[in-house]
Amino acid sequence: MKAPAVDYTRPRSLAEAVALLTRHRGEARVIAGGQSLVATMNLRVASPGLLIDIGRLPELSLVSDDGDAVTVGACVTHAAIEDDRVADPSRGLMPRVAATLAYRAIRTRGTIGGSLALSDPAAEWPSVLTALDAEVVVCGAGGRRAIRCSEFTTGIFETRLAADEIIESVRIPKLSADARWGYLKLCRKAGEFAGALAVVVADRARGHWRVVLGAANGAPLVLHETSRLVSAGGGDIPGAVAADLDRAADRHFDEFQRNIHTVAARRAVQQVLQ
Amino acid sequence: MTAIRLQINGAAVADDVPPRLSLADFLREGRNLTGTHLGCEHGVCGACTILVDGEPARSCLMLAVACDEREIRTIEGFAGDPVIAALRRNFHRHHALQCGYCTPAMLITARDLILRQRAGSEREIREGLAGNICRCTGYTNIVTAIAQAAKEFGEEASNA
Repeated sequence: MKAPAVDYTRPRSLAEAVALLTRHRGEARVIAGGQSLVATMNLRVASPGLLIDIGRLPELSLVSDDGDAVTVGACVTHAAIEDDRVADPSRGLMPRVAATLAYRAIRTRGTIGGSLALSDPAAEWPSVLTALDAEVVVCGAGGRRAIRCSEFTTGIFETRLAADEIIESVRIPKLSADARWGYLKLCRKAGEFAGALAVVVADRARGHWRVVLGAANGAPLVLHETSRLVSAGGGDIPGAVAADLDRAADRHFDEFQRNIHTVAARRAVQQVLQ
Repeated sequence: MTAIRLQINGAAVADDVPPRLSLADFLREGRNLTGTHLGCEHGVCGACTILVDGEPARSCLMLAVACDEREIRTIEGFAGDPVIAALRRNFHRHHALQCGYCTPAMLITARDLILRQRAGSEREIREGLAGNICRCTGYTNIVTAIAQAAKEFGEEASNA
């Protein structure tokens, strides 16, 4: 189908974009790469009155390295991350993830900030950035604030982003030299949304161990017991995953989902422990 | 209506477009560039793939109004391109199309795979083609044609 009628504006600064979003609260949508928004408009699921195009704001494409962390602008594309054209704080995890995300012709336009703002439960970045303990920096009428990724996504397509706020960047702590990661995405066809998604980060030097499941009927699901076992260097991983999934009863996993989440988590953990 | 100025296949174009108009519809209806095809119109089938600023993109998921000052290349704009020539030759030789609906975007996607050196094995080619649906061929001949074109282009490039 074709998108419904809409107005369009391209502000020249983030401040101007925030002002527009505040003024048109409720009817305006922010567009960057548009790879989900235009699709939902074409399907007539979304029908915003005004599109505020932030895709070309130079301040949203900046990438900086402050020694401890890399800050990636919200409008950096998946393809730029895949191609290692921006600094990588994750020792290869983020480029690997980007390469499995949708298709190249989507990755050249879709952005890391857009993926977080939408927070599709099956999307890669919310889970991966939660595992890396990143922070989302958002800018609104009241100023700037940082929200930890683990708290940013609150549910299915739900985030802590306020109606007048725009994601500016993501601040990602750098993994140490001997840190390890595991990543497993299960889907029937390359580029599809994940049926199951597991990310493991083990960084002994920073005292950070985290196992996260995506595509988990809600926000990224941190597997605490499994993370504890990874920090201890191994143990009854299947038992820990089962205990963590038992604790997530509110996700209402059916038998198939429980099975593929377990397989994804175990294989991703294996990549770290071997 | 919003005024846009952009480059299409090397020529400067200026026009007024309604913001809801997709780049694909602008190219097809406004510029008569009907080699860009529309299948699903939500980014899944890949038939509308073109180049924006040199990189493949879905023209159904881009608004024409957002392409102001950008450089667009459609299948009509590849005359004389050596990779497309190798692909065209091998699509013909290996019978890599039947109805032809997916073919323009297959060629553009395959060209990108070859230029990014992502067409070195059958697996690589198949993964790179995952975003382009063909309902006729079963892909086998397309994969064969791309592998052969990559080989020939590599030989041409090393002889040059």
